Amino acid sequence: MVTAVTSFGRSGLSDWLVQRVSGVILLAYFLFMGYAVATGGDYASWKALFAQTWVKVFSLMALLSLAAHAWIGLWSVLTDYLTERLMGTTGNVLRITLQILIVLVLFVYVVWGVQILWGY
Amino acid sequence: MLKVSIYRYNPETDDKPYMQDFEFDTQGKDLMVLDVLEQLKGQDTTIAFRRSCREGVCGSDGLNMNGKNGLACITPLSETVKNNQLVIRPLPGLPVIRDLVVDMGMFYAQYEKVEPYLQNDNPPPAIERLQSPEDRAKLDGLYECILCACCSTSCPSFWWNPDRFIGPAGLLQSYRFLADSRDTATEARLAKLDDPFSVFRCHGIQNCVNVCPKGLNPTRAIGHIRNMLLTHAT
Repeated sequence: MVTAVTSFGRSGLSDWLVQRVSGVILLAYFLFMGYAVATGGDYASWKALFAQTWVKVFSLMALLSLAAHAWIGLWSVLTDYLTERLMGTTGNVLRITLQILIVLVLFVYVVWGVQILWGY
Repeated sequence: MLKVSIYRYNPETDDKPYMQDFEFDTQGKDLMVLDVLEQLKGQDTTIAFRRSCREGVCGSDGLNMNGKNGLACITPLSETVKNNQLVIRPLPGLPVIRDLVVDMGMFYAQYEKVEPYLQNDNPPPAIERLQSPEDRAKLDGLYECILCACCSTSCPSFWWNPDRFIGPAGLLQSYRFLADSRDTATEARLAKLDDPFSVFRCHGIQNCVNVCPKGLNPTRAIGHIRNMLLTHAT
């Protein structure tokens, strides 16, 4: 058993499941977006589309999925390449700094996204 | 003439590893890579490599041949040689002790972690613990592993985290005991695997399946472990 404190769900199984489910949600959302762009990309139809509550909810769901997906994925990358075993203490400092940075950026994206979705 | 290039490193005399080139006359025969190594050792007695049974049973001569891991004793030249060239390197990702001999310590440490032995806290029956042919069949494809380390050392996840990711060989053995109807420690075994590294560092790229000299499928076993974790979780 390896202890992980900075992973998304603290459990490999939970991270794995969240990664898969969020991946499916993102796929569905981007297909939907592709369809929306292909069938009507002008301002009026775009505004009408996002005036519907279900589109806002779906968009927020995709945004939260993106944040979780990015956290889990980038966490995996960072814990592969920036480790104490490979780089000594530098690895730990770099990894944790970057992890905090990533989480902060994702947090800003989520809050900003909520403001965009419900603010107009 | 076959061009053979061998990774050489003697930490007592060499600053860093280098490749030594040999010309080898196969006399038209489709030899095994181990035969080539044995004959080259006749030319240069300082070449170090591990070998024992020379028939793919002991798992001692796991090597990287032309970029692919395998057992030198059961890899014919016709299978690995390209452009008349054979490059032999030690298994990747493990510390080199000398030439083609690697330190398998980290590999064994991961194997030890999965407690690869039957655990049963029921009182033992008078003769032996019986198993139905169907239950026994579940162990096929799992018990045949010879621990040659070809799979784990071909796995990038194991290269980066050999101290935390159990690796395909260890996980295949882990599932061998999770799947055994006579083992009663399933819950305890699963509880030790539910972290982001031990099992879940596997991203399913199947390098392990590609190289296994015994034709086993660790990726499938890892999938089974994941499903067991999922069904035992809430």
